[in-house]
Amino acid sequence: MFHWLEKHPFFFAVAVFVTIAFAGLIEILPNFAQASQPVVGTKPYTTLELAGRHVYIKNSCNACHSQLIRPFKSETDRYGHYSLSGEYAYDRPFLWGSKRTGPDLMRVGNYRTTDWHENHMKDPAGVVPGSIMPAYRWMFKNMADIDTAYAEQVTVNKVFAVPYNAEIPMADGSKETVKLAATLEEAHADALEEAKAIAADMKDQDVKDAVAAGQIPEIVAIIAYLNSLK
Amino acid sequence: MDNRPLEYDYTIAKMFMLTTVLLGIVGMLVGVILAWQLAFPGVNLMLGEGLAEYTNFSRLRPLHTDAVIFGFTLSGIWATWYYVGQRVLKVSMAESKFLMFLGKLHFALYLLVVVAVVGSLLMGITTSKEYAEFEWPIDIAVVVVWVIWGMSIFGLIGIRREKSLYISIWYYIATFLGIAMLYLFNNMAIPTYFASGGIGAWYHSVSMYSGTNDALVQWWYGHNAVAFGFTVPIVAMIYYFLPKESGQAVYSYKLSLLAFWGLMFVYLWAGGHHLLFSTVPDWMQTMGSVFSVVLILPSWGSAINMLLTMKGEWQQVAASPLIKFMILASTFYMFSTLEGPIQAIKSVNALAHFTDWIVGHVHDGVLGWVAFMIMAALFHMAPRVFKREIYSKSLMNTQFWIQTLGVVLYFTSMWIAGITQGMMWRAHDEFGNLAYSFIDTVTVLHPYYTIRAVGGTLYLIGMFLFAYNMYKTMTSARRVDESELQTASPMGA
Repeated sequence: MFHWLEKHPFFFAVAVFVTIAFAGLIEILPNFAQASQPVVGTKPYTTLELAGRHVYIKNSCNACHSQLIRPFKSETDRYGHYSLSGEYAYDRPFLWGSKRTGPDLMRVGNYRTTDWHENHMKDPAGVVPGSIMPAYRWMFKNMADIDTAYAEQVTVNKVFAVPYNAEIPMADGSKETVKLAATLEEAHADALEEAKAIAADMKDQDVKDAVAAGQIPEIVAIIAYLNSLK
Repeated sequence: MDNRPLEYDYTIAKMFMLTTVLLGIVGMLVGVILAWQLAFPGVNLMLGEGLAEYTNFSRLRPLHTDAVIFGFTLSGIWATWYYVGQRVLKVSMAESKFLMFLGKLHFALYLLVVVAVVGSLLMGITTSKEYAEFEWPIDIAVVVVWVIWGMSIFGLIGIRREKSLYISIWYYIATFLGIAMLYLFNNMAIPTYFASGGIGAWYHSVSMYSGTNDALVQWWYGHNAVAFGFTVPIVAMIYYFLPKESGQAVYSYKLSLLAFWGLMFVYLWAGGHHLLFSTVPDWMQTMGSVFSVVLILPSWGSAINMLLTMKGEWQQVAASPLIKFMILASTFYMFSTLEGPIQAIKSVNALAHFTDWIVGHVHDGVLGWVAFMIMAALFHMAPRVFKREIYSKSLMNTQFWIQTLGVVLYFTSMWIAGITQGMMWRAHDEFGNLAYSFIDTVTVLHPYYTIRAVGGTLYLIGMFLFAYNMYKTMTSARRVDESELQTASPMGA
């Protein structure tokens, strides 16, 4: 059979393809419907949080920080409850990472504050002596891309039925709603409101001035995102 | 037909040889910068505060991996394809104007993609998925380049004189099909600009898969991009170049059959070992773990087949630096494909995952196996392509030992770093509290990060020696005629 295949390239290629495609079919397809169900309390991202997530991706934070807490005592002691599949239901793309040069960030919103992040992004080693994380001072100057974040919200709402403007059950039995603005202008206004609350906790005068003038620096967006990780 | 030997046309092979060397240097230079940044964070500001955004570790990190994978390795794969393909199929590229045109188009589009990738990654335009960072416009260009290569493979096969496909061709075909399938599925995304009716950045997209599913597809891709980028085509090379250079026949046809079909069947299952203890279903994690161990068989099948090919001819290893490169590559392949399955065992993975041990594993595979084999292939091709002997044998020997030392420093320091950090993360004191804060587990790595940076720098120096030797071979080495090119490559002192 093999000798025959080696003289018939077309059938050889088909045989190779079937052999390699087989594992993917069995491993990947069956899980799809099941794994994308959100757990109670999982909310979609707001416009500002999503813009912050884009800043996180733009700077490859995931190259050094994981967002996956494994079910070991040493990990739950350090980072909180181990990760559940449904908590990632609205993560496109997933940001588990594959290397922990820095600590896991899956629930960083539980134990770090706006103030801490502001100081840390400006001078990591000043906050954590011995840290090898570089500073991210340009985030205080560059403006976040609210347009693209809004475009993504509209897209996932339309294509994947991500529940914006819908009641979401929370762990304590209450309901919450994450708003999807009707227009881009409205999205900007909502994001700015959220940004003002964060800027109020910050010290950097340039950032405060920018937000007062209606702009949203990247640092504000990424802090909104990091604070949402719980 | 007259009795003249075929004149093979190496125009395209030469083009890809050039990018192999150039992008190899670029990719590894960026890697060395990253290594020094981890040891001494001040290096992040090497071009000053104003350019910090572009010289920062986080922007350079995807550029390093992509330049080495899609720059250096892919160029090497194509350089050898446009050389080996003609020779084992007994047909010259010059016989088909269409295939020549495709080859040139292949190279031109590839260059465009390279420029687009470097620019977009430096600007921070990335999907964040490892080895699949490119946004959709570049993905489309990549698919076009890939289809052109496929047409080139099957076009050349279509007009072949040698009816039976040699082992190397099996592996090139598998590379083409495997990457095509993986790349397409993993990069499925919706461009937000179009879906939202023209809002925001035109190049931005959102993944078709979410959360755990996205992770599953990504590591099914990520692991097998290693399979079909770093293993399969490199095995294609060694099956051609080692027998050619040594003048020995491949030890066992049956073993090569077993290794090939075994590798094709087993490799794809192993992706799950990147997701152990994550939120993907347990049975899938176990499958990933088990198949990773099974993977030793086909991997070692190829490697042992190559080592046994040298049976009775081991004096060649001492005599020829070219054979040295290939034998060391094969040895590192064995080593790396034993280390990988060990790391895929659940209890070992609990310690090793997220640490530098994984980084060490990748590098003993890529520096020791992939890069050594590609450089050996280019060394073998150079005299035949340029009709000159290799410029300097002693320079080759020097390069070999400098780079070998570099790899050894790299993986040993990363073993120690990874296991140290893993042990410290999980250490508890007598009262059951964590023994170390996270930063303790970072500062302790400083000496190992420094040793690693030295190792990487040595390897990069070797790359410069390689580039110099190739340049001199191309321009000023002694000219040789066909009779000197039958087996071992001619080398100058």
